[in-house]
Amino acid sequence: MMIDQIRKISRRDFVKATGITTAGLCLGTLSCQSTPKAAPSGTVAVDPIFKPNVFVHIGEDGIVSIYCHRSEMGQGIRSTLPIILSDELGADFSKVKIIQAIGDKKYGDQNTDGSTSIRKNFDKIRGSAAMARDMLIQTAAQKWNVAKETCDTKDHFVIQKGTNKKIEFAKLVIDASKLALPDQSKVKLRKNSDLDHFHKKMPFVDVKDFVTGNARYGADVDLPNMLIASIERPSVMGATIKSFDNKAPTKVGGVRKIIKMPEPKQPYGFQGWGGVAVLADNTWAAMKGREALAIQWNLGEHASYNTKAFKASMETASKKSGPAYRKKGNPSEALRTAHKKHSAQYYVSHLAHLSMEPPVAIANYTEKDGGFCEVWASTQNPQTARSAVARATGLPEDRVRVNVTLLGGGFGRKSKGDFCSEAAFLSKAAGQPVRVQFTREDDIKNDYLNTVALMTFEAGTDKKGMLKAWQMKSAFPPIASTFMDKSEVPPQARDFQQGILDLAMGIDNFEAQAITVKAHVRIGWLRAVYNLFHSFATNCFLDEIARKEKKDPLDFMLSVYADRVLTPKEMGNTEMHNYEQDIEQHPVNGKRLKQALSRVAAKANWKSRAKDKTRGYGLAVHRSFLSYVAVAAAVKKEQDKIIVDEVWITIDAGIVYNLDRVVSQMEGSVIEGMSHLFHGGITHKNGAVEQSNFNDAGILRMPEAPRKIHVDIVTSTEPSGGVGEPGVPPVAPAIANAIFALTGKRLREFGKA
Amino acid sequence: MKMKFKINKKERTLDVDKSMPILWMLRDVANLKGTRFGCGKGLCGACTVHLDGVAIRSCITPSEAANGKGITTIEGLSDNGDHPLQKSWIKHNVPQCGYCQPGQIMNAASLLNQNKKPNDTQIDEGMAGNICRCGTYTRVREAIKDAAKG
Repeated sequence: MMIDQIRKISRRDFVKATGITTAGLCLGTLSCQSTPKAAPSGTVAVDPIFKPNVFVHIGEDGIVSIYCHRSEMGQGIRSTLPIILSDELGADFSKVKIIQAIGDKKYGDQNTDGSTSIRKNFDKIRGSAAMARDMLIQTAAQKWNVAKETCDTKDHFVIQKGTNKKIEFAKLVIDASKLALPDQSKVKLRKNSDLDHFHKKMPFVDVKDFVTGNARYGADVDLPNMLIASIERPSVMGATIKSFDNKAPTKVGGVRKIIKMPEPKQPYGFQGWGGVAVLADNTWAAMKGREALAIQWNLGEHASYNTKAFKASMETASKKSGPAYRKKGNPSEALRTAHKKHSAQYYVSHLAHLSMEPPVAIANYTEKDGGFCEVWASTQNPQTARSAVARATGLPEDRVRVNVTLLGGGFGRKSKGDFCSEAAFLSKAAGQPVRVQFTREDDIKNDYLNTVALMTFEAGTDKKGMLKAWQMKSAFPPIASTFMDKSEVPPQARDFQQGILDLAMGIDNFEAQAITVKAHVRIGWLRAVYNLFHSFATNCFLDEIARKEKKDPLDFMLSVYADRVLTPKEMGNTEMHNYEQDIEQHPVNGKRLKQALSRVAAKANWKSRAKDKTRGYGLAVHRSFLSYVAVAAAVKKEQDKIIVDEVWITIDAGIVYNLDRVVSQMEGSVIEGMSHLFHGGITHKNGAVEQSNFNDAGILRMPEAPRKIHVDIVTSTEPSGGVGEPGVPPVAPAIANAIFALTGKRLREFGKA
Repeated sequence: MKMKFKINKKERTLDVDKSMPILWMLRDVANLKGTRFGCGKGLCGACTVHLDGVAIRSCITPSEAANGKGITTIEGLSDNGDHPLQKSWIKHNVPQCGYCQPGQIMNAASLLNQNKKPNDTQIDEGMAGNICRCGTYTRVREAIKDAAKG
């Protein structure tokens, strides 16, 4: 439970934290976390803290500064957070300056994943802005000797309503900063409908920089006397070095140093990968030098990892039963007595992140005062990067500073601090600043892959074809294996949260079992994570049952979900993580799920699809990250090739602010879901990834993109859910179901087998 | 090896390994950071620049190939970020993370230089070599069409 308290921040503390020396009014939100929380990834536990984590400063020059403590990676957070603040404060957006915060626990959770940035900061930002507004209004009202209730703020002025009286913020801030802080409980937020940009298209802060080449990413940071490092890392997890050539690389012009990397020990977590680094004056020389290393490896136990054999071992493991994280009624008995039984197995292979900008970090280690390490990185999580750097250098965390640059895509890859660890180690070893630049091949070969999963279903229907029993097993090596000292770790309940524990089926007999299989690679999280395969399998299996029962898939899907909120208890859940949010505030609401599905079906003219002779239609719906998303897809055949012609996507994410960025996230989700389905999939041979670059680890290209993507956003007063991730899970199954409608071919796997 | 390039209309003499791809010459030596590294194999288009007015993949084109020639990067496409494509990109709010967009724009500019009014298929085919991982394709298409109307 988070309790937010807004406080005035002393000028001294503010200058110390921000370097801004302009006098003015500064408010910070203090979050007291009553229980320490672990992120869904199981990686970061934020201490119970009581330190300011959102700063809003209004200077005597009228400039409003806001600390953006989340990373920008395409979702528009550097636009949305400040605009929320401007609207609440009554500020002129052009006078709002965004400062990217460094990694520090005082900002609370900075991990930009789990689709949390708006969800978690919504109230804090608005609360601080409302307090500042109240203090500015009080100051003006006193000057004018009028009741403060007659005043408001607009365009950076306090105004008296119905009169011409107005006064700039700049002229009020010094006096306002001397006022006692108003009673937080009495300061009201504006109504959403009174906010200028609420649910509308908003200005886009970085857009001009993006199109002129002036946006600066991690790779663009240059330091004096810096070397560029290219690292030859082991291609098999845990492999160690037998020998390498430390002379040949030095013959390449520009190569300065060759440094053997420390070999990581289990649990691997965010340690570097080992291998040998070649450091040079420029990137090209480092890459060329690295080619001459001729490393001989001891491959170790994970060289046994072969995709086909592993899939077979998952099938064997799934023949046995495992612990149930959700069980209700007596599914085995209900299956035995069912009128008809349906069964299927679905497989989803490893998926890579492939962010456009390969991972990159710059570190500058200096010996000054016992050592200090400053890092610049395109990181989604500067706090875990900071602890990874501290570990790699042996420094205490307060001797490490992590600066966040723009991210050329993240998708979960850049929440991991491995590349920061490597840069920090090398800078310390080389005695000068170092940039570690991953190549695309490195990015694919040394990724924290989304896991590989096999899902086994049995379902029973009654005489009317209605679903009566559901028994499923989900087998996969979980993320937790990357953070534990053994490779065989059972799937966790928090993993089942993603698409199983919140599957809004109200049927009487339901069971979901976890099957344990061993991890042979570093497992990580990729946008939407476990939801990707749980949504794919469940939505496709429901479509299969519907067609075998001769029912319209829409009607059938609507019949299996509850019309109401389901409690974790009545669903039979042993635990309920609910994306670390309060289940009362964000319940599992079958009604919202069904509403999204009905809406998308209506938009796609589902009921009259028989008139469309050339295209096949498919549907899917999924709750994830506390939002509800439904997708309809229409596919056609052109010269024996499947073309995804048109996609409709409806999202109910509760209250949303930045309408255009929600639309763009949904458009991107459609493309990402298609990339997974048609080009995704990472396979292994003798422990090593078989793919190498965009030729075989594919991302959808423009000719394959749908002719039209229609985005529909539900207007809602429910608390905000996530937007960045929940769009992806229903895309692949809707298309797979459409392909079945068109061709009669059922896709039971995606990614390469 | 000392070579002469005309980069964004300015004469530059740079001493680089002749096999160094133009991408790294621009980024590491000429300090022009707008051209991005995405794949190093000419597969994604993030590094697209113009060599004497025509789009090339700078990550696989050696600097030697540009000796004595004109290179235009995103920084030199227009004087004030007001090329019709740049304006159209802003109007359609095309970028998400933005990383691939200089390459997309440079490739689209070359496409429009060769074909002032491309149809949908020509846009798709002309842009097929440029990957956008965030998935902005539908907006890139619209932005190009809009700019072509100009």
